[in-house]
Amino acid sequence: MSPSILALEGVTVSYSGTVVLQVPSLAVQEGQTLAVIGPNGAGKSTLLRLLGLLETPTHGRVFFRGQPLPRGGDLLSLRRRMASVFQEPLLVDGTVEENVSLGLRLRQTDPIEVGRRLGEWTAALGIRGLATRHVRTLSGGEAQRVSLARALVLEPEVLLLDEPFAALDPPTREGLLADLKAILAKARITTVFVTHDRDEALALGEQVAVMIGGRILQLDVPERVFANPINEEVARFVGIETVLAGEVRSVTDGLAVVDVQGSTLDVAAPLTPGERVLLCLRPEEITLFPRGVTPAPSSARNQLHGRVLRHLPTGPAYRVTIDCGVLLVAAVTRQSWEQLGLADGAEVVAAFKATAPHVIRRG
Amino acid sequence: MELIWEGSKQAVLLLVRGDPDVLRIAFLSLQVSGTATLLSLLAGVPLGALLALTRFRGRSLAITLVNTGMGLPPVVVGLFVSIFLWRSGPLGFLELLYTPTAIIIAQFVIAAPIVTGLTIAAVQQVHPKLRLQLLGLGASRLQTVWLLLREARLPLLAAVMAGFGAVISEIGASMMVGGNIYRQTRVLTTATVLETSKGNFEIAIALSILLLVLSFAVNWALTWIQQQGRTR
Repeated sequence: MSPSILALEGVTVSYSGTVVLQVPSLAVQEGQTLAVIGPNGAGKSTLLRLLGLLETPTHGRVFFRGQPLPRGGDLLSLRRRMASVFQEPLLVDGTVEENVSLGLRLRQTDPIEVGRRLGEWTAALGIRGLATRHVRTLSGGEAQRVSLARALVLEPEVLLLDEPFAALDPPTREGLLADLKAILAKARITTVFVTHDRDEALALGEQVAVMIGGRILQLDVPERVFANPINEEVARFVGIETVLAGEVRSVTDGLAVVDVQGSTLDVAAPLTPGERVLLCLRPEEITLFPRGVTPAPSSARNQLHGRVLRHLPTGPAYRVTIDCGVLLVAAVTRQSWEQLGLADGAEVVAAFKATAPHVIRRG
Repeated sequence: MELIWEGSKQAVLLLVRGDPDVLRIAFLSLQVSGTATLLSLLAGVPLGALLALTRFRGRSLAITLVNTGMGLPPVVVGLFVSIFLWRSGPLGFLELLYTPTAIIIAQFVIAAPIVTGLTIAAVQQVHPKLRLQLLGLGASRLQTVWLLLREARLPLLAAVMAGFGAVISEIGASMMVGGNIYRQTRVLTTATVLETSKGNFEIAIALSILLLVLSFAVNWALTWIQQQGRTR
């Protein structure tokens, strides 16, 4: 494993006696992109300010390349090895060129080098043609590209991004996200990226930290965080809307029978009878059929009868809530919804495989 | 109306002829008020930036005091500056009373809270996260303050105009600490009062016009700079 470039140890941050951040340990590896996700008010931005040396912890220590930061010391030289980008572009009055070169001028970089980097990074961000434009005339997407170029032109050892796409419309956001992903893959700049958007975290993060209530609850590769959340809070945040509390009744050949509020479900997991568990089901794991329609033969061992409570459009699909004694949320494409003749109040069968539920053991 | 018309005609003649006394008074007014405004900028802008950007115990009280100071009556300032500068006063040994320097001091006391208060407002209207962004791009504290002031330069120019406007037009303090001494401390406002009381309306009107023209010229120049910055 590569050495950590930034690390926190026993860190807490309190405002007026209220703890807003508590991180026993965190290490950001060199060259890695760490996505920090969590709901609003989770402490993500506070964490980013700590890592960017823009705020000091109430307790604990921050390490840069293994060295603890001097308390109360001058951090300017260390801060100049990093660069931050915020949700708003926060450009200063002037042209695009003046803004992109701002950090370099603050460092009194040689003008020839400033010119070289300006050319390189404005081209990389697709804003070379805007160089002489005043920033007041830019669109939101262009302004955020300038903001990113202004940070990247510094060729920092650590890039800190605080929800940089949150204020952009979806097409602009997707374009910028794709460009940034390509740039980070090429430049291998250590990046800490804070977002409340799961898709952005999946797109950029090589590691994902889920932060809720000022604590990092899970830190892992994205696939594991999204497939195997460690508790209900994380499960719900990573998009698992169906979390069922149950108790293992019996286990036969690795197949557990779990009692869930009056229903029994087959779950393929190494469980023991009597264990209390949470079963997490992603919407896309659940298939719906109108009652009376015989489904095609499948390995969906669990089939629960219920009624459609409501359906909400989410992009190309509907998010359908079904009352089967327990509430399940399924994702159904609009095409399937119409072909199956589904409607609110319709009697349906919700089916899913025994391997579908992710199991969280309860103490 | 006749009086105003005749007075205005006389005033124009006085100005066109370039009456040396009138010009001397105008020049002294500009010199004294310009210096006081400049000094109030040197003190008020850093102090305003400090109050806007830092958090400390008593900050709120300090800002309230500054805001109260923005409305200081010139005669009150004149009285206290006089007390300090009287021969028996704490600064009497400097022998500044009834000198242009005394007027500068009094006008500085009037303008400094105005410039400080408007600087606080100007810096606080800059996006609150810009400071963090500048630090995050590697700006030192001094560079950060400079860049924030640069961002706030349009309302800061308004602070300069307000400060200059307050001192060029005040009379109470100038009269009390300057004494309105002929060819020494007579400025446009004190001279206007004197000439009016003597019944020399044409001179009084000439001085008033000159005061307005000076005030307009300075503010026009500052407004031009301000609007250049806005429309760039």
